[in-house]
Parts: sequence; structure tokens; C-alpha cells
Amino acid sequence: MAIDARQDGIRPSRASLVNDPNVRAIFYQVVIVGAVIALGWYLVHNTLENMARQGIAGGWGFLGREAAFEISETLIPYSPADTYGRAFLVGVLNTLHVAILGIIFATILGTFIGIARLSTNWLVKKLALVYVEIFRNIPLPLQLLFWWSWLREATPGPREAWHLMPGVWLSNRGLVYPVPVHDPVYLWMGAALLVGIAATIGVKRWAKRRQAETGQPFPTIWTGIGLIVGLPLVVFLLAGAPLTWSKPELKGFNFAGGASVTPEFTALLVGLVVYTAAFIGEIVRGGVQAVPWGQTEAAGALGLSRTQALRLVILPQALRIIVPPMTSQYLNITKNSSLAIVIGFPDLVSIANTTINQTGQAVEGIALIMAIYLTISLSISLFMNWYNRWVALVER
Amino acid sequence: MADLAESRLAPSEPLKPPASSTGVIGWLRANLFSSVWNSILTLIALYFLAVTVPKAVDWLLVDATWQAANGRECMAAAGGACWAAIGEKWRFILFGRFPYEEHWRPLIVCVVFVALFLASCDRRLWGMPLLAIWAAGLALNALLMWGGVFGMTYVDTSLWNGLPLTLILAVIGMAGAFPLAIVLALGRRSHMPAVRAVCVAYIELIRGVPLVTLLFMATVMLPLFLPPGITIDKLLRAQVAIILFAAAYLAEVIRGGLQSIPRGQYEAADALGLGYWQKTRLIILPQALTVVIPALVNTFIGTFKDTALVIIIGLFDLLMLANAAMTDPNWRGFATEAYLFVAAIYWAFCWFMSKYSQWLEADLNKGRRR
Repeated sequence: MAIDARQDGIRPSRASLVNDPNVRAIFYQVVIVGAVIALGWYLVHNTLENMARQGIAGGWGFLGREAAFEISETLIPYSPADTYGRAFLVGVLNTLHVAILGIIFATILGTFIGIARLSTNWLVKKLALVYVEIFRNIPLPLQLLFWWSWLREATPGPREAWHLMPGVWLSNRGLVYPVPVHDPVYLWMGAALLVGIAATIGVKRWAKRRQAETGQPFPTIWTGIGLIVGLPLVVFLLAGAPLTWSKPELKGFNFAGGASVTPEFTALLVGLVVYTAAFIGEIVRGGVQAVPWGQTEAAGALGLSRTQALRLVILPQALRIIVPPMTSQYLNITKNSSLAIVIGFPDLVSIANTTINQTGQAVEGIALIMAIYLTISLSISLFMNWYNRWVALVER
Repeated sequence: MADLAESRLAPSEPLKPPASSTGVIGWLRANLFSSVWNSILTLIALYFLAVTVPKAVDWLLVDATWQAANGRECMAAAGGACWAAIGEKWRFILFGRFPYEEHWRPLIVCVVFVALFLASCDRRLWGMPLLAIWAAGLALNALLMWGGVFGMTYVDTSLWNGLPLTLILAVIGMAGAFPLAIVLALGRRSHMPAVRAVCVAYIELIRGVPLVTLLFMATVMLPLFLPPGITIDKLLRAQVAIILFAAAYLAEVIRGGLQSIPRGQYEAADALGLGYWQKTRLIILPQALTVVIPALVNTFIGTFKDTALVIIIGLFDLLMLANAAMTDPNWRGFATEAYLFVAAIYWAFCWFMSKYSQWLEADLNKGRRR
């Protein structure tokens, strides 16, 4: 009937529904979505059946049960008597810990490598090239195992530990270093730091407006450094400079006092940073090289100094090219931190693996890991997209 | 007079550039000591080299032990690397538990793979001839690995270890991911919202989680997904995980190529009366894929490196074998040497491919370069 109605209608060219692109599109979509749903249903059905046969009870109840396994490194208090839920939390925090430190150090080292690749100094340039070519082309798991085995085998025991810097020792038990003993004044210093940052932002706005009105520049950078470093320092000195160090000392077979990081954590962090810095170096180099030379010349012609040209002309343009690939490198660091499992660092995946082995809750365990990684990835993407919009070209 | 005129008109001998700007000294001044800051950098770099290079050379070559009956002899010798351990274990690290007398089979497989890579570099072969060569090469490799005919013993996939395993996982992973990636990339650019949503969800889901979780899923959850009674061997499970993972990344690469095709190409194809599939197959994909070939090579390098991850589900790839080799009580404690050996193999493959990709990119852009 519908066909007849169309044939009688105003558009005789559409001979039949079969040739109507819209109808076809709807038909295809229904088929594809139907196939996806059928596949999903089939998998779920099989899974439920298999779980029933193997006597695995589904559900999230296991998160409240006692974990009964040790975790070698924790940021929050944890004991085997705690629940699986808390063990997962420990794992998430460990993953975030190594990912955040990794992102910070890899950015610093990578920027350094990228700038070295652009250096006019032949030797520096070639050294940076060798670094990039070596570390980019070796799989990360291999690098992690290499650092880990080197840290355990090539370094001496605590008694003969290498004295790297005053108070800093490296042994096969990891790296130990002194930390200041906590004092209430430090909280006030933190507050002063925040005030300093807020004041710097205020000064920057004021300086920009004044420059727009009168043309007079203001040394914002130096004022900012003064405020951000100076204010906490003043608080520190006013409070009578309360600084006592907790220094690591050899007691018996190991160090006591200070703070320490295990060989596993060190190897993971070093591996992630060294590997990713090679990629970030190439991104930074590419970004800076992509800014046409004419921009540098034009900045010079306007009378900007080299630093001003870099800060006001070159970097803003280079950042536009650098930020999107940098985002995927940050995501890579976060995802690659899951390789901790090959060297036994208790990150999220490694703890989830232990949990799955103990409880048999494979589906829930893997769903939880995926959900957590997706959340982290999405958060980093959102933040970097926001930052990208901030540096992006404002077009008319 | 004539003499004077002649001397005025004759070109005078050109002045030589200052000695300090030519030759070795000139080069040094221009490239290493052009300013105070540069000189300081050079000195720091030289100091760094002077500290590290002699130590590395001593350890790698001068103090190294090349011949030893066992690990204790190595330990007793000078404090350098123990290459004797690699001399003893290299066949195990490369081919693992493949029957020892049959090691020539995985060796030929590796040689065939390298030959296939080299053949793929030749642009005259691109297209159907290359596909035929690859099909023949892969068939030959499958025959050699499995055996069971022509007097070769049958070898189970659990004994496919080491370098052949790495190459198989990477090559089949990429080949399997490719069709899926094309479908996903086209789907993501589709005008049908439901199709687009399915493809976006797949791509972003896979790209948002680490490969480790997919490999876990393949080992732990795949057996649950399948109807009771059906089991898949471990190698195939890992291979499926790698294919699904690589497809998401590949899809994004191909999408980049699709986006670079000007709208006019689509319109011209429509004007010629081509349907969607004809348009895609004859006009769009050939251009889009050519644009992204260098990026495809880079994705392949990534997949090649990612195969090292199968260590966590207990497949015996190069890395796992390096670990396993050094648990031999006679050769304990030479993990560093074993890792360096494996790293050199990975590095050689990846470095060659990345150089090729760079060269190809420059070569394909010849027309656009000014």
C-alpha cells in the first residue's frame, strides 16, 4: 500500500521503497544494531551458562570480603585483613601515583630532548638523536625488565649501598632519601604558595590591561617568581626556619628513616619516563620546527627579544601542534603503567589479577579495570581538550 | 699603458677564507664552539661521553667473556659481559621449545618473513603481485611451523616460541586488523547515526584501555564467552586480542586518510553514478590508503613492539625466553646480557621499519615539496 501511495505521489522517480536511500539507511542500521545486540546477548548468555556450570556466583559482593593478600607498596594504610574493595583502591592510587609522576618527568625530559634535537650544537644534537632512536625502538616491557634486573643485580646490598648524593643511597632494596620531618608551619607555607599563585594571576591581568592602555610592559614573570617562591619562604623564615631532616641510616641489614622507593617502582617510573620522553622529544621538535622561520624573523623585526619571541610568538604556535599528540602520550603513560605487572609492582591490573585468581570473579574484575582505565583516560582527554581549546587558534 | 690596463682588468687572485672558518677547525667552531654557551654544552657532552663510553665498551667488549663452560667461569673472569651465556642460549632464546633438531624450520620462517618485509619495501611490487607473494610466503610459513607433512614432524602451537611467534603475532595481527579497521573507519565516517555510534564506541573503548586488559580478557573471559565444550588455543586467543586492539588504532589512522580526501572526489564519484561501495573501493580507499602508508608502517612498528606483552599471559615470546634462559642454574645471573640480545633484535626490526617509513613519507611527498 505504501508503495502505491508513493507511486501516486509527487515524486515518481522513487519507484520503490527498496531504492529509497533513507529507507535503506534505516534498514541497514536496524540490521547492524540488531547484529550487535544479538552478539552481545549470545556472549552474555554463554557467560552466564558457563559461570553457572562452574559454580561462580556473579555480583559485586566479593568487594566487601577480606582480601587476605599482602601488597608490597601502598599509599594508604592497608593490611591483608582489609577488603578487596580497599585493595582495588590501593591499586588505583598506585597506578595514578606512577602515572602522574611519569607524566611530569616525561614532559620535562622529553622537552629537554626535543630542544636538544634542535640545538645548533652538533654533539648535543647527535646525542639526542641516538637517545631517541635507541629508546623508541625497544619494547617497553623489555626496558622495564632491563631496568628492574639491573637495579636488583648490578646494585650492591644495603651495606655497600652507592652513596649518590649526601643522604641519598641506592641499593638493591631501592632508593632511600632524606625527607623533612613534618611541621605545622608547612601547612601555612602551602597556603602562602596558593596566595602567591593567586596574586600572580592578578598581577598578570593587571599588567596586561596596563600594557594595553599605556603600552608600558611590566616584568610579570619575575614578579610571579618572587611571589610564588618568596611568600612561602617568608612564612618559613618568620616561623624560625623549622627544618629537621629524617635521614636514612643503616641499621642492621637495611636502612631506617627517610623515605624510600622500591626497585619495582623505580624501574617502572624510569622505564615509562625514558621510553615516553623519546616520543615526546620528537613531538616537541616537530612542533617547534612546524612554526615557519618567518615568524621568528617577524618577531625580531617587531623588536622582540629572543626570549619574548619564543614566549609570545613561537611557543603559542608550537603548542597548538604539540598538545594533541602530547595528550595521546599522556594517555599512553597511564595505560602503559599497567605493564607494572611484568616486574611485580602492585598497580591496578596486578591487584585485579590477584583478585581474579583468588575469587574467580573474572567478569567483574575485568569490567572494573576497564571502567577505571576508561574513567582515567576520559578525564585526561577532557582536561587536555580543555587546554587545547585554550591554546587553539581563535579564528574569526 | 696596455700593461696597466691589462693588470686592472685581470681578475685578482681571490682571497682565501680565514683558516679559522674552513677545514676541521672551521667545522668545530661552527658546530661545537660557536658561542660560550655552546662551548659549555659541548664540554658537558664530552664529559658525559668520557664517563660512559669507556665503561660501556669495557663491559661490552674488552672485559667480556666470550668462551666459558658455565656461568661460574664467567663470574670468575673479568667483570665484563658474559657473551658465552648468549653463545650457549641463543638458539633457545630465538626458537624456544621448538624441537631442537627441527630448528631449521623456524629459522627459514624468520628468513621468509624478513624477505617478505623487504619485498614489501619495493614499490614496483605494490598491489596484486605483493598480495600473491605474501599469500605464498604465509602459506609456506604455516606449513613449516605446523609440519606434519613431507616428513616434518607435527609441532603444536604451544611450541611456537621466540622470534617466529613475535613475527607471526605482529604480521597476522596487522593483516587481521586491516579489514576490520577499514570497516570501522568507514563506519565512523558514515551518515547513519547508529552505525557511527557503534564504531565510535568500539574504537574509543579499545583505545581507552591498555592492551594488558584485552589480553587478560582473551585468556580469562574468552573461554566464558564461548559455548561450553569449545576451546581455543592460547596462541589464537592472544592473536584475537592483538587483532581487536590493533584494529582500533588502525581505524583511526585510516580515518585520517579518509579525511584528507577532498570533497570533490566524492562528488565526482557520485556524478559518475557510482554506488557507495564502488565509490569507496575504486575512488576513495586507493587514495586514502596511499596517503597513510607511512602511518601504517608506524602502526605496524607499534604492534610489533606490543607483541612483547604476551609475556603476561604466559606465551613464550623472545622476552619470556630471555627470562627463561637465565633460570638455568648453570647460567644464572646474566639477565642483562639476555635482555640486550633480545633488545638488539627488536631494535633492528623497528629501526629499519621506522627509517623506511620516514624515507617513504619523504618519497611520497616529493610532488608536494618545493
